[in-house]
Amino acid sequence: MTRDYLETKGRIFDIQRYSIHDGKGIRTICFLKGCVLRCKWCCNPESQEYGIQKMQVNGKTKIIGQDVTVAQVMETVEKDRPYYVRSGGGLTLSGGESLCQPEFARDLLHGAKAVGINTAMESMGCAKWEVIEEILPYLDHYLMDIKHMDGEKHKRFTGRDNGLMLENAKKIAASGRTKLSIRVPVIPTFNDKPEEIRAIAAFADRLSGVEDIYLLPYHRLGQDKYQGLGRVYELPQILPPEPTYMERLKGEVERSTKLKCHIGG
Amino acid sequence: MAKYYTQEIQKTDRIPKLVADLYAKMPEIESARARLITESYKATEDKPIVMRRALAFAHILDNIPIVIREGELVAGSSTIAPRGCQTYPEFSYKWLEEEFDTVAVRKADPFYIAEQTKQELAEADAYWEGKTTSELATSLMAPEARKAIEHNIFTPGNYFYNGVGHVTVQYERVLAQGYRGIIEQVREELEKCSPGDADYCTRSQFLQAVIISCEAVIRYANRYADLAQREAAACTDSARRQELMQIAANCRQVPEHGAGSFWEACQSFWFVQQLLQLESSGHSISPGRFDQYMYPYYKKDLEEGRLTREAAQELIDCIWVKLNDLNKCRDAASAEGFAGYSLFQNLIVGGQDRDGCDVTNDLSFMCITASKHVFLPQPSLSIRVWNKSPHELLLKAADLTRTGIGLPAYYNDEVIIPSLLSRGLTLEDAREYNIIGCVEPQKAGKTEGWHDAAFYNMCRPLELVFSNGWDKGEKISIETGRVEDMTSFEEFYDAYKKQMDYNISLLVNADNAIDVAHATRCPLPFLSCMVDDCIKRGKTVQEGGAVYNFTGPQGFGIANMADSLYAIKKLVFEEKKVTLGEYKRALAMNFGQGFDAVSAGEIVTGILREMEKNGMTVEEDQVAGMITAVMNAQLPAEEKKRYEELLEMIEQVPKFGNDNEEVDMFARDVAHTYTRPLLRFRNPRGGQFQAGLYPVSANVPLGAQTGATPDGRLAHTPVADGVSPSAGKDVHGPTAAANSVSKLDHGIASNGTLFNQKFHPTALSGEKGLENFVALIRSYFDQKGSHMQFNVVDRETLLDAQAHPEKYAHLVVRVAGYSALFTTLSKSLQDDIIRRTEQGL
Repeated sequence: MTRDYLETKGRIFDIQRYSIHDGKGIRTICFLKGCVLRCKWCCNPESQEYGIQKMQVNGKTKIIGQDVTVAQVMETVEKDRPYYVRSGGGLTLSGGESLCQPEFARDLLHGAKAVGINTAMESMGCAKWEVIEEILPYLDHYLMDIKHMDGEKHKRFTGRDNGLMLENAKKIAASGRTKLSIRVPVIPTFNDKPEEIRAIAAFADRLSGVEDIYLLPYHRLGQDKYQGLGRVYELPQILPPEPTYMERLKGEVERSTKLKCHIGG
Repeated sequence: MAKYYTQEIQKTDRIPKLVADLYAKMPEIESARARLITESYKATEDKPIVMRRALAFAHILDNIPIVIREGELVAGSSTIAPRGCQTYPEFSYKWLEEEFDTVAVRKADPFYIAEQTKQELAEADAYWEGKTTSELATSLMAPEARKAIEHNIFTPGNYFYNGVGHVTVQYERVLAQGYRGIIEQVREELEKCSPGDADYCTRSQFLQAVIISCEAVIRYANRYADLAQREAAACTDSARRQELMQIAANCRQVPEHGAGSFWEACQSFWFVQQLLQLESSGHSISPGRFDQYMYPYYKKDLEEGRLTREAAQELIDCIWVKLNDLNKCRDAASAEGFAGYSLFQNLIVGGQDRDGCDVTNDLSFMCITASKHVFLPQPSLSIRVWNKSPHELLLKAADLTRTGIGLPAYYNDEVIIPSLLSRGLTLEDAREYNIIGCVEPQKAGKTEGWHDAAFYNMCRPLELVFSNGWDKGEKISIETGRVEDMTSFEEFYDAYKKQMDYNISLLVNADNAIDVAHATRCPLPFLSCMVDDCIKRGKTVQEGGAVYNFTGPQGFGIANMADSLYAIKKLVFEEKKVTLGEYKRALAMNFGQGFDAVSAGEIVTGILREMEKNGMTVEEDQVAGMITAVMNAQLPAEEKKRYEELLEMIEQVPKFGNDNEEVDMFARDVAHTYTRPLLRFRNPRGGQFQAGLYPVSANVPLGAQTGATPDGRLAHTPVADGVSPSAGKDVHGPTAAANSVSKLDHGIASNGTLFNQKFHPTALSGEKGLENFVALIRSYFDQKGSHMQFNVVDRETLLDAQAHPEKYAHLVVRVAGYSALFTTLSKSLQDDIIRRTEQGL
């Protein structure tokens, strides 16, 4: 049996072990570099460019981005196998948008599945359907971001219209080939009105097989990175939503749909 | 029907009141015991020591003031003041006299002491000059060992100045037969003694001493019965009167006879637990498998409808409060090492029986609930985890962990049982193990483990390699050659092993001297009657009466030594970026980061010794000037820069705790330089030495006695705790740290290893948080880790508690092997806890 997929190269900017807030169990997240969107609130601005960058971190220059093979990533992923076995965890791809490196993303997931490790991917689904279709056989859980139902507003805050992503969401759900969950970053001034959240929830509710929706409250932990990259943070004035407000949104979702709504990953 | 009841039982109003009363005042030192034991000793000088001990114990129990505290359901207090302590001059006393005026204001574990008490203690103490265990131990010790202690290579301070404790006795036997039953068995043994037997005198004296001790305990319980009756008669509240009447009835029945109800069993347990501590000044007297030996009484009462679960829970809660009523005053230095007024009374739930079946029961859950209700550091609650532990029990334990109390500690049967087998325990005994004190496993009622026998600082022998056996201007160890002449890492590492071996042999010498001193001057007949095979062998545990005998001194600084030796291997011998001579000077200069007063003092001491040798004298006032001069001395800019480069190079070398196979396997080898040589040695009780790898909280004060180390650690800062990575050096999260630690050989450290992890509360939030947390423990244990414990509290909370201690009187944190009230810890220890890598964000 050939294992060519282990040699596929890609560009990552971090591997984070013991992640317990994204997907089931204790997981290792591999962050792929490069993104199609430019969300103004992005907490990983260093993920957006595909090119290797320099970022100032605590007064030191850090190189962001590294070219690695699937086999190299798997070496780290393997280290926490006992934790995946006990917790139902595994590998999660994140970014950036993993689909910007379609072969690498597919082969990473393949690499994990081939050795019995559960897989998940955080993604907006912003790619040609053929790309997504190739990935699905190796993906146990698709954690799909939907940020807004209004295409125009979506474009204003992220740089792109949402049409392709919503279309892909429907196709993924219809394929029945992976568990699909919807995640919504709740960003004040962008999508935090009850009707905006309800609209996303209503869409998610119509997707077959989708049972869970996650509301991820906006946080500012990525703000310093903009300065480190010599960029300007465009949303300095907004504050993280209050826990009570998040509860209210959760209530709105659960009253208007049959989804189970969670706050946070 | 489910096998056990897992629901949360509510706490009653009584419990918070008992806790509030207990912590209303600073604990106080009382003089009654010291006065009484001195009186008795003066009157028994013609008798054998074991008899004198029994007569003194009886004299104390017949005369010490007694009290029943407001609202308590289980009686028995060693002091009138809540959380007060008695003193034990037969072990040592001078340190306390020296601290009379400072003990109430010292940083760690202060105690109030009244002027009259000082006077009474001083009067009693006058008798003890030359008669204590610590004085005898000193004269028994080899001069080299005394020198090593003086230079802080290791410290056997615990048993040097105090009783040994560190035992779990046969509680189940007292619960079933009472002391009357034990007395009868001893009488039978006594009848078998024939005057012509070679050991007639010692055996018959010991057996009689046991009878005297047990009779005294029965009389003591009856004093409580009388007091309860008197108080009942005067009580106007009818509910309380009923309780006092029941306490009186209980104390008439137990511990003289077997317990007939769960309440009586609680009372009987308590007298054993309390009076063991009044006989000797030992700590870590551990209740062990409380959920097992108490269960038959609970089950019977429950089945017969005489007890509700709520009432049983309240009784357990009351015992938990009382375990915090017992207290002990240690000398200032030891108090730093054992900070938090802790008595390390380890109580363990879950696990398997002698046949290898899981024995989790209702009480296992109720014990965890009790710690949540009472929310105090004692007992040191532990839980046994094995492949068949019920998931519900682990979730319940994790739910307690998440409160931030630092309890319970988790222990892995799958490592500990084989480890005990390798030390000669039978399979049945090994399966029934419990934990003593911090992390030390043993079989209850059969073992004198001498766990916690000394702190051995693994960093100091490395300093001796660099100094070729010299310290502060004195030759204190063997010569292993000038480091400047060493040409390979093997040669350097070999020198370290030789320094380790030599100093380990001195440690053994010191421990054995103290061991003999305890057997000679403080045999304990009461304790011994509850440990097999003392009665049959006719001698105390101190004289080798126990079935299993060990001495377990603990090494610490593994992470520092692993990182240090690895850095030298890489930077000096592989990459050749720095020479050993340069490294030596960098360490002596504290990497150019300046000298504190301690370092300056040490340097000046060295200079003075040299001058003295050459016949030069220095005036006292000149010395202070020399110290200031050393502290203010500036290094040439170039040299300082070079040290900064060196620190940067060290920073780049991989460190233990990051799941790096090469470094971790190297650390495993370094730990063996302590654990393996120890196994060669024997103690005077006929047992073996076995290593532990845990520091209590001594990594801070003992770090303060350690110069800069090659891992870049600056002089006098804390060393790593237990088997945990150096603070802040594990940067890949809890799974990576746990994987690294699991690569050490936990089985060979059969006296226990200790792994601390600190979590932010978000890591445990929700049901999913608990599940993942349990999975983390399970996975570490799958990889053959032995012990795990957790601090769950956020950094902001700790900083705020430091700034406003008054707001956080009850904030409990896990220090090392035990939980303590954060605000009672010294500033430096508080800082250390805050600094430990915060995981899980």
